[in-house]
Formats: sequence, C-alpha cells, structure tokens
Amino acid sequence: MSAATRAEVCAVACAELFRGDGEILAAAVSGLVPALGARLARMTFEPDLLTTDGGPHLTAEPVPLGAPAGAVEGWLPFRDHLWLVLNGRRHVVLGASQIDRYGNSNISCIGAWERPARQLLGVRGAPGNTRVNTTSYWIPRHSPRVFTEKVDVVSGLGGDRGAFELRAVVTDLAVLDFDTPDRRMRLRSTHPGVTVEEVVANTGFELVVPDEVPQTRTPDAAELRLIREVLDPTGLRDREVPS
Amino acid sequence: MSKVMTADAVAASLDSGMTVGIGGWGSRRKPMALVRAICRSPVTDLTVVSCGGPDVGLLCAYGKVRRLVAPFVTLDSIPLEPHFRAARESGAIALTEYDEGMFMFGLYAAAHRLPFLPTPAGLGSDVLRVNPELKTVRSPYADGGELVAVPPLTMDVALIHMNRADARGNAQYLGPDPYMDDLFAKAAGRTYVSCERLVDTGDLLKEGPVQSLLISRMHVAGVVETPNGAHFTACEPDRGRDEAFQRLYAQSARDPDRWRAFRDRFLSGDEAAYQDAVRTWREESR
Repeated sequence: MSAATRAEVCAVACAELFRGDGEILAAAVSGLVPALGARLARMTFEPDLLTTDGGPHLTAEPVPLGAPAGAVEGWLPFRDHLWLVLNGRRHVVLGASQIDRYGNSNISCIGAWERPARQLLGVRGAPGNTRVNTTSYWIPRHSPRVFTEKVDVVSGLGGDRGAFELRAVVTDLAVLDFDTPDRRMRLRSTHPGVTVEEVVANTGFELVVPDEVPQTRTPDAAELRLIREVLDPTGLRDREVPS
Repeated sequence: MSKVMTADAVAASLDSGMTVGIGGWGSRRKPMALVRAICRSPVTDLTVVSCGGPDVGLLCAYGKVRRLVAPFVTLDSIPLEPHFRAARESGAIALTEYDEGMFMFGLYAAAHRLPFLPTPAGLGSDVLRVNPELKTVRSPYADGGELVAVPPLTMDVALIHMNRADARGNAQYLGPDPYMDDLFAKAAGRTYVSCERLVDTGDLLKEGPVQSLLISRMHVAGVVETPNGAHFTACEPDRGRDEAFQRLYAQSARDPDRWRAFRDRFLSGDEAAYQDAVRTWREESR
C-alpha cells in the first residue's frame, strides 16, 4: 500500500482527538476530514463513540462519507443537538476563520462587528459549545490569516475566557494543543514532511515550541485500508487537503 | 372552519415594522413562497427572526429588513449567503447575533410566556459584548453560578412551511427534522403555514405517525397550499434542495447585472410565474 497522504495523516490525527472519549457523541461538524476521523476512531480504538450520517441520524455503524445512514440507532435533530450541548456527552470539532494563542475562535465576521469588512457565518453554536463541551478544532489551511494575534469576534471561547476543555487543534501542517502552564497554544507534533519552522512561519502569534517536537503518528496499514476502501473510497478527503 | 388563503393574502396582512419569525433552518424547509410574496408586497422595515438561509438573503435583497435576529445565515452547501453578506457589509441592516442554543431558548421562552430562560451559552463570548441589552442572572441554589438570561424572542407573525396541512391549520412534517417550527408557531401572535399539499384531516395519519403532527390549529391563523413552496431549499421527503438553482441564485447575487437578470426572469411575477420560470430554466439546462 502506498504511503499515507497528508489528508490521511490529518484524518488519523482527527481520530486521535477522540481517544478515551467512550460513549459520547463525536460531533464532527466542521468538515469531511474530522467526520472521517470520528468514524475511523469508532471503527478502531474507540468503538463506543456515537457518529452521525452528517444529518439527524445516529448511524448503527460508521458509514462512508456522503453515504446514506443505512441502519439507524438514534435520532438527533438540530434541537436535540443543542440540548445535548448542555447535557455534555459530546466532543465537538469546530472550524475557525481566526484563532488566537488561547484558542479563542471567530466564525462571525472579519473586521469591526458593527460594520464588518467580511461577513461570515455568524457565531452559530460556538459560544455554548466551547463553554460546556470538550472542543477541538480542524483548520484545513494553516496560515497567519487564521492563526492571528487577536480574533475580531470571540465566537468560541479560549482557555483565558472560560472554555470547558480545549483538546487540540489539527491543521494540514501540525497538531497543536494547550498543554502549557498558562494555556497558550503549543506545537505538539508536525506532520511528516513539515518542519517546525514552516509551522512557526504560518502562525501569526508566538507558539510554544518544545525543544523536541515529534512527528504526527502516521496511519497503520489497517487504518489506511479503512480510509481508502471503506470510509472514503471516492477520496473526498483530498478536496479538503490536496496532496 | 377553513383557514385556507393565498400567499399574497398572507403578505398583505403584514404591516411595516413588524417582527416576523421564519421557520426552517439554513437552506432547509423555508417558506419561500411566502417570502417571495413579501418581496412583491409594499411591506418594509421588518425585524426578521430566523435560523437564516435564503429567506433572509432574499428579504435583504428586496430591502425589507431593518434588523435580523439570528445565530447564523447560510445556504448549507454554499457556506455564505451573498445577499446577507452584502447587507451586513454595506451597513444596510442591524443584527442581533445569538448563539444557537440561546436562540432556541429565546424561542422556548416566547412560546411559553417566560420572561427569560437561563443558559451558560454565550458567557465569555462576544455575544454579550455585541448585545449589551442581555443580562445575566445568578442561580439562587447552592451552585450560585452565573447564567445568561435569554429574553423571549416574541414575534408578531411566524411563517413556516410543512409537508402536509389540513384546512383547519393542523400541520405535519414528514422529513427527518422538525427544526424549531413548532416553537416559532407558539412564539408568534399569529402563524401562517404553507404546505406542499392540503389534505383532509382524516388523511393526515396516512403518511406519518401521530408525532409528525407538529403544529396544532390552535396556533395557526392561515394555511396556504404552495406545492414546491420551499424551493429552492430542501423539503424532504417531498423534494430535495435544488442545488443547481441555488448555485444560480448565489452566483447571480454576486453581480448587480446578473442579479437584475435573475430577478427579471424568476421574481417579476407571482408564485405561479416563478414556478413556471424555474421549470423552463430546468428544461433549458438539461
């Protein structure tokens, strides 16, 4: 089997986000790669996870990206998603147009909120999600425009604003976490073929960089087979992270 | 007693300055035929309450919106709504931006005549900065925690689109998600339901179980039969989202000339003319 692509490394890094989570909802709402990761985690080391079809169905088994639900084990319409946020049995993977060193994130708008230069989605569920749920982030293009000194609107809370738990940030270049005394963002690992300097150059604030930065774990043969043959045979993952 | 009426009669019953809630979610089961009727009417200066999609976009494009109350506006398969973006970036509309959970609690509070509902959602975020009228409360119990006191999202009128309804105003969803539509119906002073098909009351349970009867006639002022009335948003299981037409809408919205052409072609007549124009467009693009 050919070596893992960057998208496949990212999918496994997203799967690793859920390690140890047990019987909770993996709410991978921010893209294809985290959805792939959640389903991969459930098929391998985290079999009790609950995953969806990308819609209101909790699927009996993890289904391929874009496939219909097949057998269903539960129902989760939007309103129940919002109640489940408060209930807490949920780990969400959010996206961000901007994120700062404490993990404050913005999906609302760029520029002054009163009259934005660029209107985006709106805060959606980010304020509540980050306040009471374990939260991770998926950033498909690691750049200084996303990793900013300051976010224009705080949609999701950082560790300095009362976030419940920020688990990690997975990007196309690296995995980052907040495992520092002052909850600042730290470089945990770089993906194969990516240098520490490259990550630092693409981050608009000062990252905590340990003396030794390991490489992100690569998929094993079983994981590669599941990704390529079962969960994403048409290669949707490559749309988010081109090889 | 029959509450059947036309989309244009619904629009004519609105007054400028009203607060209008719109059901559905993003680009899903939006009462677009009623929205199109409002765009044809002289009403203006509306406060719109919505989990926003092209309903918000179209009303912004027609200059009908003074203020929007929403947690987001999106076309789902196309992340950003172009007319909403333009309205925000030009300063044409005011915005009350809530977290999704806060928004739902605002609907629950309004539907049940509560002065507020407490939630941790919003604390610590800029939602409190950009909505300085929002207040917090402290739990009177041992935990003593601080919570956002979400005020009721009361509204004069709610507009929702359902799969089936009877002439009395009982209405049924047959898709996989009720969204917040029953809460909108209960939160509003009066609610208008459009539906894919009017059926006899005795036939309502032929297509769905009793729990699919989401809306009771006690909350409904008028019913409009508008086949394909959610177009181009999704209305499962009757119709999926018209992705090709949504792309045309979004592309047209980015350019004034193309938007004028889109309006002329699809939105210059009544609902029947709209549906005809869409049908012709679909045949041509085959």
